[in-house]
Amino acid sequence: MMSESVVDGVPSGVTGLVEDWASDKQAYNVPWGKAMMWIFLVSDTFIFTCFLTGYLNVRLTTTEPWPLQTEIFALTLFGQSVPLVLIAIMTFILITSSGSMALAVNFGYRRDKTKTFWLMVATALLGASFVGMQAFEWTKLIQEGVRPWANPFGAAQFGSVFFMVTGFHGLHVTGGVIYLLVVANKIRKGHYDKKGFEIVEIAGLYWHFVDLVWVFIFAFFYLL
Amino acid sequence: MAYVPLADQDNEADLHHPHSWVTKYVWSQDHKVIAIQYGGTAILVGIAALMLSLLMRMQLGFPETFDLIDPNAYYQSVTMHGMIMVVYMLTALLLGGFGNYMVPLMIGARDMVFPFLNMLSFWFYLASVLILMASFLVGGGPTGAGWTLYPPQATLAGTPGHDMGIILMLMSLAVFVVAFTMGGLNYVTTILQNRARGMTLMRMPLTVWGIFVATVLGLFAFPALLVSVIMMTFDTLLGTSFFMPAIIESGTALDHNGGSPVLFQHLFWFFGHPEVYIVALPAFGLVSDVLSTHARKNIFGYRMMVWAIIAIGGLSFIVWAHHMYVSGMNPYFGFFFATTTLIIAVPTALKVYNWVLTLWEGDIRLNAPMYFAIGFIFTFIHGGLTGLFLGNVVIDLPLSDTYFVVAHFHMVMGVSPVLVIFASLYHWYPKMSGRMYHEGLAKLHFWITFLGTYAIYLPMHYLGFLGVPRRYYALGQTDFIPESAQDLNAGITIAALIVGSAQILFFINILWSLRNGKKAESNPWGAASLEWQTPDTPPIHGNWGKELPTVYRWAYDYSVPGAKEDFIPQNMADADVEMESKSD
Repeated sequence: MMSESVVDGVPSGVTGLVEDWASDKQAYNVPWGKAMMWIFLVSDTFIFTCFLTGYLNVRLTTTEPWPLQTEIFALTLFGQSVPLVLIAIMTFILITSSGSMALAVNFGYRRDKTKTFWLMVATALLGASFVGMQAFEWTKLIQEGVRPWANPFGAAQFGSVFFMVTGFHGLHVTGGVIYLLVVANKIRKGHYDKKGFEIVEIAGLYWHFVDLVWVFIFAFFYLL
Repeated sequence: MAYVPLADQDNEADLHHPHSWVTKYVWSQDHKVIAIQYGGTAILVGIAALMLSLLMRMQLGFPETFDLIDPNAYYQSVTMHGMIMVVYMLTALLLGGFGNYMVPLMIGARDMVFPFLNMLSFWFYLASVLILMASFLVGGGPTGAGWTLYPPQATLAGTPGHDMGIILMLMSLAVFVVAFTMGGLNYVTTILQNRARGMTLMRMPLTVWGIFVATVLGLFAFPALLVSVIMMTFDTLLGTSFFMPAIIESGTALDHNGGSPVLFQHLFWFFGHPEVYIVALPAFGLVSDVLSTHARKNIFGYRMMVWAIIAIGGLSFIVWAHHMYVSGMNPYFGFFFATTTLIIAVPTALKVYNWVLTLWEGDIRLNAPMYFAIGFIFTFIHGGLTGLFLGNVVIDLPLSDTYFVVAHFHMVMGVSPVLVIFASLYHWYPKMSGRMYHEGLAKLHFWITFLGTYAIYLPMHYLGFLGVPRRYYALGQTDFIPESAQDLNAGITIAALIVGSAQILFFINILWSLRNGKKAESNPWGAASLEWQTPDTPPIHGNWGKELPTVYRWAYDYSVPGAKEDFIPQNMADADVEMESKSD
């Protein structure tokens, strides 16, 4: 018969941790939806890691010079060229939306449906404005002649990676906006009154993840 | 207020049972029906892939005899056979089929945690299969790039199916990854969150452990495939240059520049190597349970087996470049990846020792599933040992791209998992169908398959040593290959045709037994694990009737000293175990 013995030589804290994790039901009382979201996000992390690794790799193998991001991602404001200004605003907005999301989670657990609803809507609006600005950025670059297969500023891979990575992230944000609005609407209708408001946190996990991924894209693609 | 998800509700009355035929058998959310849909589809495409391999063998064994196999058709057969067998057959059957059927039953749950997503998973899988099959119908036919789809040749004009075929293949793979992710999230979460009372992780049957770790591998490895598929689609459709260096084709320079073909190989094998274990680990788990049940002995070194599965899973992510020794990557990589490859042999060998030691002094019942399980130990040792040759850079270089490689991977991840699949299908057939299969026919099926695979793959090792290259449509006149190699090839083909057609025995057996088989008791093998303790055979929707089971012991209490029966079910409390009287 199987004995749940303590293994010799291993500190009791470690065996305790292992036994807690291995216990029969939910040792940490994590609802399955939250666990599933976490696992999905780790899987999604691998997708973005592969994208960024691929990007760094083709940046090394391409034979033409990589365009200067400070020039390409500059906007002319009041007659002066300001580098990376749009992307700085976009990043600020996305990080702000993580803040409003965190507040929504808090009010969700306090069962304050009105505040939760409006904070989620605010988060979704911030997300939508991010996507809108991304559309503006795409339009500007396309007008300047940047295409996935070529661009006038240097290595063709610049355009390929730009549209692929920001596009894939933009799809994540768009999906997140829709997800947030659906959940917010269900909250308003009282769908979760009995079930509990973990769903807000689950949606929040996804939203923070999309935000975090953006930080890496910003660092690796726009700054590096 | 504690949150009780639907799947955790103990009360049978709260379950919503489907009422119409369509929701019961077509748009079903029951994990058992989904499992059979998954398994059935996987077996059907598997048959198609088997046919393709027989076409290839006919060409190799008797060149210039069959008109319908031209070089293009040959390469298309190679490609589709490989891709279908690895992804659409083995992965789908072991995880989509057995994963779905076994996980909730073995851990004592009513269903997966998110049945709707589980249903979507199957329909996406079916869509990916249909997209793949559509490539047989388009102009130019399916892609002939080889199952690894290496660029740049996969998309260049010389390769069959370079226009539509490759696009459909890439689309199909992307849809498959989505399907797998939806199913995989369910298996992992269900195993973590939805176990019955008393079912600790270290009491789970090894089948569940194998499926669990394999699914985690899948969730982390398939993203690399998805990304490489997306990049290659852009290369083909948009003219980007992720994987395409500057190329001159028939005197004209193509519009590509500065891409990295080796990047594709890294991404592909970062998926491709864990994929080997995505197939192998569930098979390891299933065969452990079959061996233990029919040897009437607990599995030897259970904890060791669990940690070996976890160690193999972890290591499988840092061995991928051993597929790339001849790719032109930095030679120091070869040193690193050869070392990790040899390290992964340690937990694998440990598992083999434990299977053999499980048989040691067991009260072995030679039922058909046991035949296949023991056959698996042979083929797996065989394929594993040749893996040690190929894992070393210096030995791999001359053997690379010869039939030795073909023989190796067919032994280790073709024949071995398939033998386990047969063992498991026979073993669990009584539970799934409520009938017994025909024992004699199953044993005949085993002997032809087992001996036949040796007749096919042993000579291939020898061809490899001779230097016969793989992927060639015909050998032609070559100085270093003696003419007798052709005789060997003809012999292999005859054996392959016999083994291929012998699989009909299996289908006759399971279809005939569905109607005419002896009615099965609920636990014909006297197995201790939970799936045999269901109140109904086959289990109905909701699995456990009124109350969820409670688990008191691990899954391997066979031949416990002092107990009257030679097995104690997992859900039997110590107080209920009948002991032998101590009078003598």
